[in-house]
Amino acid sequence: MTVLLTYLLSFTHQMTAEEALILAIPLCIFYSFVCQSAQYSCRALPPERVGFDKLGLMHAGAAAMAASLWVFAAMVLAWILSSSVNALRGLSDRLHAGPELPIIFVTGFLVYLLSTLGYYAQIALEASRAAEARMMQMSILAREAELKALKAQVNPHFLFNSLNSISALTSSDPAKAREMCILLGDFLRRTLGLGEKSAIPLEEEMSLIHAFLAVEKTRYGARLHMEENVAREALAVDVPPLLLQPLVENAIAHGIANLVEGGWIRLDVVCENGSVSIVVENLFDPEAPARRSSGVGLANVRQRLQARYGNRASFAAKGEGDRFRVAITLPAEKEVATQ
Amino acid sequence: MTPEPKNKIRVAIVDDEELARQVLREYLSSHPDVEIIAECANGFEAVKVVTEQKPNLVFLDIQMPKLDGFEVLELIGNECAVIFVTAHDHFAIRAFEVHAVDYLLKPVGAERFEAALKRARERLEGKVRPDAVPPAELAAAARPPAQYLERVPVRDGTRVFIIPVTKLDYAEAQDDYVALASEGKKHLKQQTIASLETALDPSRFLRVHRSYIVNLERVVKVEPYGKDSHVAVLATGAQLPVSRAGYARLRAFLDR
Repeated sequence: MTVLLTYLLSFTHQMTAEEALILAIPLCIFYSFVCQSAQYSCRALPPERVGFDKLGLMHAGAAAMAASLWVFAAMVLAWILSSSVNALRGLSDRLHAGPELPIIFVTGFLVYLLSTLGYYAQIALEASRAAEARMMQMSILAREAELKALKAQVNPHFLFNSLNSISALTSSDPAKAREMCILLGDFLRRTLGLGEKSAIPLEEEMSLIHAFLAVEKTRYGARLHMEENVAREALAVDVPPLLLQPLVENAIAHGIANLVEGGWIRLDVVCENGSVSIVVENLFDPEAPARRSSGVGLANVRQRLQARYGNRASFAAKGEGDRFRVAITLPAEKEVATQ
Repeated sequence: MTPEPKNKIRVAIVDDEELARQVLREYLSSHPDVEIIAECANGFEAVKVVTEQKPNLVFLDIQMPKLDGFEVLELIGNECAVIFVTAHDHFAIRAFEVHAVDYLLKPVGAERFEAALKRARERLEGKVRPDAVPPAELAAAARPPAQYLERVPVRDGTRVFIIPVTKLDYAEAQDDYVALASEGKKHLKQQTIASLETALDPSRFLRVHRSYIVNLERVVKVEPYGKDSHVAVLATGAQLPVSRAGYARLRAFLDR
């Protein structure tokens, strides 16, 4: 802007480039402050509430005032300079002689309007950023709420059936009944504690599964066989809590529970190339009547993986012959998120 | 069959969990007029036991291997009173629609159990059959809407056959029974053809005649037969009569 003004002032050859520069630098510094005042009028006059014609008129008025102020400042500065510095004697007169003052006025007017537009652009940008941030916030909140709802709560039927087993044991084997109460209590405590966490080490999930299986073992007895093959290095990897337990529960409810002689469940976890692959496989009766809840638990797990990892995780479930297999891969993240 | 009220009540307990059977056994042990004649761990066994040993009352779990409680009831419900015992409360309405005596929720309380047993006694002593409708009809009526039969349980003596509807070629009405043709065999089931029709998926099965429902996938061709009737030829070579109305329905389906 200084360069522009210097060029414009020396354009008519009334003054030298040096003189123009000396005049232009303080003038521009002064005017940059003046232009900042446009900011306040911009914030006070949002275009969507004031009409565009009225808005134009008001800003044009403000620009004219600012430009007049600037012309006055130029006159004062030139007068001071010409009366105090010998080399610049007559500067004030020369400023008045040519078209310099109108040039200053027009330049000031346009610059003021430009800065007004600039501020409006800035305000719009801020507003859109804020809206974007709000949208993000909302979608995060919505997802969190969804996750909370999805976070497999303890299946009530598991509880009812376990309580029924305990009630049977109270007379036939009180010690066993007490043991089962403790196992059930242990499982419930672990489950309830997980509500607030977004991820836990696989090791913790495994011990949760063990607590769950200990209870189910009492119910199903010899019908339930569990085989585990979990790579040691995978134990520290973070997984969403209650991700695997529902898969084991599913394998029991839709697999073992439908088999007269019972069957096995196999859990394999391997760690390779920065990702963890988990396979839960179980025997099932392909001709068993479909149970009402079938598929809901699996859909939950799939959604939770999708929400947390997007396309960095994969989920596949299918039955082949008398085997049902759920395969999951997810990135091996180790830092415990403390949320 | 003339059961005397003074007789012992013969009870069978059907549940795949030993501990669940144990609770009922314990509750029943305080009733000297009740005799537990059998315990079964799955639906097949239950049907066999009911057929062979004719209990008066069956305690029946719903979610079991092989046959679920409703399918068992469908096959044996004419012969004994049934009390469902389950952890799921959402089956209750269906249970009463198929005329179960009662519906006990796990964990089973002693008081609630006694009430159920009392109801069973009343029904057995009164010798009131809830009505003469075959249980398969009730089961068909109690099926949730928009959910069609995936498989049909059929009993032959003590044996149970499960016919997946994909393997059902056609059904033929025979008095109070339907004959279900599947894999070269015919199985008789006590059910009317009308109630079977409502239970089957209408996009896969069509009533082509007063007495016939056909699996549309099995139909190879339809030929004119006589003056204004037709006959459907199935992949198995079977020929089924097609009535005029049935032919119209078949045409409508094929034109779709």
